[in-house]
Amino acid sequence: MSKPKVGFNWLASCGGCEEAVVDLEEAILDVVEAVDIVFWPCAMDFKKDDVRSMADGEMDVCFVNGAIRTSEEEEMSRLLRKKTKILIAFGSCSHMGGIPGLGNFYSSESILKSSFLESPSTVNAEGVIPKTETKRSEGILTLPAFQETAKSLDQVVEVDYYVPGCPPPVKLLKDAVQAVLENKLPPKGAVLAPDVAQCTDCPRQDTKPEKLEIKEFKRPFEIEIDPKKCLLAQGLMCLGPVTRSGCDSACMKANMPCTGCLGPTSRVKDFGAKAMAGFASIIDSTDEEEIDRLLDSIVDPEGTFYRYSLPKSYMHAICTTMRNGSGKKGA
Amino acid sequence: MSNGEKTPTGFEPRIVAFFCNWCTYTASDLTGISRLIYAPNVRVIRVMCSGRIDPQFILAALREGADGVLIGGCHPGDCHYQEGNYKALRRFKLLKRFLNRMGVEDERIRLEWIAASEGDKVQKVVNEMTEQVRKLGPLHLAPIATPEAFEHEDKQELVAAGAEGESS
Ligand code: SF4
Ligand code: SF4
Ligand code: FES
Repeated sequence: MSKPKVGFNWLASCGGCEEAVVDLEEAILDVVEAVDIVFWPCAMDFKKDDVRSMADGEMDVCFVNGAIRTSEEEEMSRLLRKKTKILIAFGSCSHMGGIPGLGNFYSSESILKSSFLESPSTVNAEGVIPKTETKRSEGILTLPAFQETAKSLDQVVEVDYYVPGCPPPVKLLKDAVQAVLENKLPPKGAVLAPDVAQCTDCPRQDTKPEKLEIKEFKRPFEIEIDPKKCLLAQGLMCLGPVTRSGCDSACMKANMPCTGCLGPTSRVKDFGAKAMAGFASIIDSTDEEEIDRLLDSIVDPEGTFYRYSLPKSYMHAICTTMRNGSGKKGA
Repeated sequence: MSNGEKTPTGFEPRIVAFFCNWCTYTASDLTGISRLIYAPNVRVIRVMCSGRIDPQFILAALREGADGVLIGGCHPGDCHYQEGNYKALRRFKLLKRFLNRMGVEDERIRLEWIAASEGDKVQKVVNEMTEQVRKLGPLHLAPIATPEAFEHEDKQELVAAGAEGESS
């Protein structure tokens, strides 16, 4: 069999997922040896036309990272979908919307306004806001459209597999490439990571009490963190109990609570809602006022529970009525 | 839906109610037996305890078309399973913070303690909530994109690509 043709692409992302590919270190040489990289704009000189000129399904596998926020990203996703046999959503953003998905707490109009007009570091005396078309004496300049919400890859095209993580742990990438090479991929639609919670293989697991009762939520900088004890038992917002395993407890080993980047296990539909269920359960109070006070000690609960997954939640984004309230016409 | 009269605006709210088997569900039976009439806008789902209600159920109901969600559980201290209702209360309070941020009005999500004997309270709560949600109008969640929705545009793109001399 000839070498499988592999592509990598980035959409609305920070570049961290590309870093994860580079983090393969020497193993990347084995990968390069075993496959033909036919598209990787972040690392090599490739253009959209290179993809356009491919036959449909010419690529065997394409790893796509980043959320979809602009019309260009959407177009690229559809193009890659056509040109590859296996499309893999790589990283939290293409898996669940990720950090760019937090933009779904705001209207697109308010995002543009705060970025281009209101942020303290912006100098924009003429109040220019990017538009899809701008008339100049030289002609019409065009830009991709900034869409109303950020989306996960599978909200735009059909996705075959997911490699989760922010960024995905190197081992998961290696295993995914291995599975492709050995033709050992699980049924379509699977997340290529263990289907158990972080706590299952967390080194602190033995110190996690049978029944957790939290009287106050704390942030990492507020306490001296015991490096051995379950972080949740120390009052930190560890999302390990609702997060899929697969990173070898990376954060807990670095004395930090899990923020949920690998997303939920297969049984959970809405990560944030499940996380809220869990955290509300362990609050040790039956008194209304005290409960309110305890909840107040969770800083930015929405952002904490939906840090990586707002676009994939049942809500997806703020209600259109709320969007309109900020002066923007609904989608 | 089997609702009765239409309002002048034609909007009849749909309310999904999760009622605990041991109290509110029994109470809603009592409402019927006592021939107390309440708004037909509510669809009751029986659960074994209000503590069984996963916030995912509530969000799923809203996504599937509910304009409001009502939760009924045993009074504090009366939960059949000791503290399921306290758990429900805490989840409810946390979920409301999130829904508030998403633009879902307070009146659309309601938690009530209703004992098996309080058939009249079911009537009152359901009627009240129906009116409140009716006033708010339909819930407009942000539409969730699906790959199918793009199919049409995709075809257009194929045509455009074809014009550039590409096989489709
Ligand atoms: S809650 Fe966090 S620290 Fe505790 S066992 Fe689970 S993953 Fe480890
Ligand atoms: S511990 Fe949690 S946040 Fe940290 S890498 Fe693993 S899944 Fe991601
Ligand atoms: S049994 Fe009714 S709320 Fe728990």
